[in-house]
Amino acid sequence: MGSKYDVLVIGGGNAALCAAIAARRGGASVLVLEGAPKFYRGGNTRHTRNMRCAHDAATEILTGPYTEDEFWEDLLRVTGGQTDEVLARHMIRESKDILNWIVEQGVRWQPSLGGTLSLGRTNSFFLGGGRAMLNALYLTAETLGVEVEYDAEVTDLVIEDGMFLAARLKRPIKGETEIRATTLVAAAGGFEANIEWLKQYWGEAADNFLIRGTPYNRGSILKMLLDKGVQEVGDPTQCHAVAIDARAPKFDGGIITRHDSVVFGIVVNKHAQRFYDEGEDIWPKRYAIWGRLVAAQPDQIAYIIFDSTVVTSFMPTLFPPIAGQTVAELAGKLELDPAALEKTITEFNAAVRPGTFDHTILDDCRTEGITPPKTHWARRIETPPYLAYPVRPGITFTYLGTRVTKEARMLMADGKPSANMFAAGEIMAGNVLGKGYAAGMGMTIGSVFGRIAGREAAKHARN
Amino acid sequence: MHGTRILDEADRLMTVCNSCRYCEGLCAVFPAMEMRRAFSDGDLNYLANLCHACGACYVDCQFSPPHEFNVNVPKTLAVARAESYAAYAWPGALSGAFARNGLVISIVAALSMAAFILGFAVLNDRSVLFGVHTGPGAFYRLMPHNAMAALFSAAFLYAVLALVMSVRAFWRDIGPPIGSRADGGSIFQAIRDAGELRYLHGGGVGCYNEDDKPTDRRKLYHHLTFYGFLLCFAATSVATLYHYLLGREAPYPWWDLPVVLGTLGGIGLIIGPVGLFMAKLRRDPALLDEISYGMDVGFIAMLFLTGLTGMALLVLRETAAMGPLLALHLGAVFALFITMPYGKFVHGIYRFAALVRYAQERRSEAGS
Repeated sequence: MGSKYDVLVIGGGNAALCAAIAARRGGASVLVLEGAPKFYRGGNTRHTRNMRCAHDAATEILTGPYTEDEFWEDLLRVTGGQTDEVLARHMIRESKDILNWIVEQGVRWQPSLGGTLSLGRTNSFFLGGGRAMLNALYLTAETLGVEVEYDAEVTDLVIEDGMFLAARLKRPIKGETEIRATTLVAAAGGFEANIEWLKQYWGEAADNFLIRGTPYNRGSILKMLLDKGVQEVGDPTQCHAVAIDARAPKFDGGIITRHDSVVFGIVVNKHAQRFYDEGEDIWPKRYAIWGRLVAAQPDQIAYIIFDSTVVTSFMPTLFPPIAGQTVAELAGKLELDPAALEKTITEFNAAVRPGTFDHTILDDCRTEGITPPKTHWARRIETPPYLAYPVRPGITFTYLGTRVTKEARMLMADGKPSANMFAAGEIMAGNVLGKGYAAGMGMTIGSVFGRIAGREAAKHARN
Repeated sequence: MHGTRILDEADRLMTVCNSCRYCEGLCAVFPAMEMRRAFSDGDLNYLANLCHACGACYVDCQFSPPHEFNVNVPKTLAVARAESYAAYAWPGALSGAFARNGLVISIVAALSMAAFILGFAVLNDRSVLFGVHTGPGAFYRLMPHNAMAALFSAAFLYAVLALVMSVRAFWRDIGPPIGSRADGGSIFQAIRDAGELRYLHGGGVGCYNEDDKPTDRRKLYHHLTFYGFLLCFAATSVATLYHYLLGREAPYPWWDLPVVLGTLGGIGLIIGPVGLFMAKLRRDPALLDEISYGMDVGFIAMLFLTGLTGMALLVLRETAAMGPLLALHLGAVFALFITMPYGKFVHGIYRFAALVRYAQERRSEAGS
């Protein structure tokens, strides 16, 4: 019996759909297995809003050029050099063409959204957001003849000597079945929603993590691949994590639970102590470190504290700030030691040097004589009501993944390329992102490697 | 918080949406929302009337049901919009007409048509009512022109008065500060936006109605309906001028301006409402404001009846059916006029005012 499909894509987000479309356009028959129900399809893509692509000139929606070299330098900086230069440079080069290719797949761009700082030149935003982007990709895929199954939980992969043979599937109604395909594209994301797995590396602290995407990103495909001899890449504790509102739901709170107010105030832990320079750099360059910073604090909780003078300086928030007419009253509501919070704020206020405030540049408003310092945008917190947002680590996606080649082909543990297995998206993001994050990178990895994986898989299957 | 539960819900949603903003490129509602951090009743009624119900933000939203944030902007704003019609109705005593609007419109339409038939029957000899009349003044053998003009002018003027008073209350509520006027540029911008239904386009791909695919033809059917209505209105106006200025009495030949305008308009008023009604039948229940179903369908039906009786009258005006058909057509038009301030017709007036306000806000934002 021959294979039923040329290309089997496991996953249903940006990377999976780009792979499916590219493979179908390459002449292959394609089946997409999405583990989530239709509404929750697309993994983290449903919460995204933009993609970082290199371009040599301004476009209709991008305000200026963003060269390959500049992209590479940004990547080098955020990862601290923990990246695969060959793969990364290849991705950056391919990203230039993605700007047009993705539009041909029905996705529409728009200029950067109101309230988003400093992304207008580098990042292209999806009109209507990530779910609109997904809807367009699904519509295109289905129009081209890609088959899609939802609630399709893959329970096992049949792999022999680095060669994919079949996937075992548990359908909600029809039960167990086996699907054979000539090639596999694994684009099923990281394991951020798998708290038990996170606990292997983070211990009990993982119980206090909030997951920004759906509960379906459990990493089961990643685990199967690693168990069956695919080479691992990345530090399992590394992930894209930001500080999000502690009142957010455990899963799928998405973009609207984030806070952009750190640079306008101070951040204290449950002992009312500051623990990091809130004004180290402009927010788009620093937002992605605060998830890990809060994760390292006792009970994985922290509080952004500011006063009434800055309330309108950042985007309105889903959850209102907690307010107190005095620092002590606020501390009481936050269940912090009032004396400790008063002391922290008094010392901070005393350390603030005079300066000219400007949140768009590295201004000269800084502290002197306290540790840690606040090196920019430091202003006294003294105008009631005093306000606070409680924050916890919000995990977007994990970086542990499958090692791949430039062709998005998986490498086996012995260093040999797999015969017919490809990977794209967050499941292989660790090849490019050893640590750190810059806005829009996840989608670049998804679209670029998704397209490559689909193209290569189709080529392999049709030969 | 707000006066009503639906405004509380609209406030909750706008707070969610304002912290997301992914939809800001889809229409005017979200950019207008972004100019605010808190929402008064007037703000929410403004946003509700700015929404054209294209459905794109629902399909695009990662937080729409079954997500626990339960974000359904089109439906919430549709309900808020319908409630705003009652809230601003003049005189306030008649705002109850919106509560069971389908019933009210049906009864008014039935009574109006019955009154014209009865009036024609009582005041005219049977041979006149069922007679064949041709040549100038044919219609006026059933109802004198002056009586017709007086009755319809009165109904029309009343409708205009009630609409002006209603929209005045709305305008005061949605700001700018009392006393400021709309500038010409904003009005011109709003005329363009309304005329092309700029925001009934799903952000560019078209609108959503029955599912998550942009296949909706409501824009086309709305254009047929709206421009059909305008053409019919123009036909009547031209005919009135013919009558008083040129002394030329209806009926006019088929090629004459009032008949050409009326015929084109009548065709629009037949096809457009049917298309809109079919779209409503197919609409995803998640997007549909069921409470206002009667109001929506009542208005569609009135426009359809106006178009249908008008066209029937045109085709059969030289037969014995002319008398009864004239009664039916006049009854339909009369009912349409007097229910204008108390039915779905007002959506166009409030939306236009909201578009003027939006154009103003954009201009002052660009200027500042």
